[in-house]
Amino acid sequence: MYLSGSWFDRILTALSDWGKDIYSSFYNAIVPDQRYLAYLQGLKITLLISFFAIVLGIIIGVLVAVFKVTATNYKMKWLSSVCNVYINVIRGTPLMVQLLIIYNLIFTSRNANEILIGSVCFGINSGAYVAEIIRAGIESIDKGQMEAGRSLGMNYIQTMIKIILPQAVRNILPALGNEFIVLIKETSVASVIAVTDLTKAAQYIGSRTWDILPPLIIAAICYLVIVMGLSKLLSIFERRLSKSDFN
Amino acid sequence: MILTKNLKKAFGDNVVLNGIDETINKGEKVVVIGPSGSGKSTFLRCLNLLEEPTDGEIWFEDKKITDKNANINQIRQKMGMVFQQFNLFPHLSVLENITLAPIQLGIMTKGEAKKKAMELLTRIGLTEKAGAYPNKLSGGQKQRIAIIRALAMNPDVMLFDEPTSALDPEMVGEVLDLMESLAEEGMTMVVVTHEMRFAKKVATRVLFMDEGKIVEQNTPDEFFDNPKHPRLQEFLSKIL
Repeated sequence: MYLSGSWFDRILTALSDWGKDIYSSFYNAIVPDQRYLAYLQGLKITLLISFFAIVLGIIIGVLVAVFKVTATNYKMKWLSSVCNVYINVIRGTPLMVQLLIIYNLIFTSRNANEILIGSVCFGINSGAYVAEIIRAGIESIDKGQMEAGRSLGMNYIQTMIKIILPQAVRNILPALGNEFIVLIKETSVASVIAVTDLTKAAQYIGSRTWDILPPLIIAAICYLVIVMGLSKLLSIFERRLSKSDFN
Repeated sequence: MILTKNLKKAFGDNVVLNGIDETINKGEKVVVIGPSGSGKSTFLRCLNLLEEPTDGEIWFEDKKITDKNANINQIRQKMGMVFQQFNLFPHLSVLENITLAPIQLGIMTKGEAKKKAMELLTRIGLTEKAGAYPNKLSGGQKQRIAIIRALAMNPDVMLFDEPTSALDPEMVGEVLDLMESLAEEGMTMVVVTHEMRFAKKVATRVLFMDEGKIVEQNTPDEFFDNPKHPRLQEFLSKIL
């Protein structure tokens, strides 16, 4: 057959063999032993950790940012140093090290809920970045806006909520979206504290099938789909914000 | 109505106000002029504590507002302020710009605030702009709306910080006309400006500031026709 077949046939055969190989290795990575359930379980944990970490990150971030801006305006040195220590420590150390430290510091019990662990760790980490994004957004608003609000007799908090923050959101949103995307991808580090997220699930399956690439590629595709979906969502949100608003 | 005693303000080592004793009575229209850097804007901004004085006292309607316990937010409700850069809120419509503070502060209900705002808009002939956002307005319109935004709080005194300096020359007139009509109604006004014609026409008193002090003050006629201080003579000879 090899001798009689034309070069075209030979390429076709080689391609179809290759295709069958790929097919069977992906089949092995997904179907037997209901392995697809492991991906779904991992995906669920990744999404839950990301979601709660984002929520926690926003709460910490808004608080720290407002504390920092207020501290500068009212000359409360201690408050701004506390915020700065938090931000500098978090931004100046690797995420994985933070993860290990927080894990061993707080969650010494082996039975601790892995979603809780992951969310708290990533939330604390994300809070520092979110705080800086929000602070920059607040400070990008012209000083005259605060003065105008205050000169009408509104207090600092009223002016912040009614005048500064609504304008700052437009500057904050794109950077915040990027931070969330980074956060979702970084949750893959969670496997170092024995959280069975999407990445860890893929690794388990790879160790079962002795073929690590297909599960990893499947995991990568999952991340890609989530991130692209989120980007799309954010751009719709941004567009709506700029349409209904003042520009 | 407003009384300052030995008012001083320094930014670091830079002394901007160097002891100002001044009394502004109800119904007066005080125009403050002076070379740039003389401290006239800082003086005005100290009056409602947008700048915190380093030393001295300020009294407003028999309350010492430089006191630590003074409720500055309540005091500011009675002191309208108009800025050089208008400082309208760009994310709110013209109507919302005017009604935000009265509603937020619980002084008026939504309906009352809206009615008041429409009255004020009628006065300046801009009712059709009520729903527009500030970026759709000309400079003169913005500044006139900034003025009525302050008026919506029913202030006892209006502070103007170079209200026409950021305007195209042809828009200056409409803003000055509105200020003039306010003056005619008896509003107490403190105006920092470079508009000498406005000072001559509207002011009951003109102050000249130089290097953080009020060096001369007089009625507008005397002030412009018969300046005494050499620094004022020099200043007037340059600008008139």
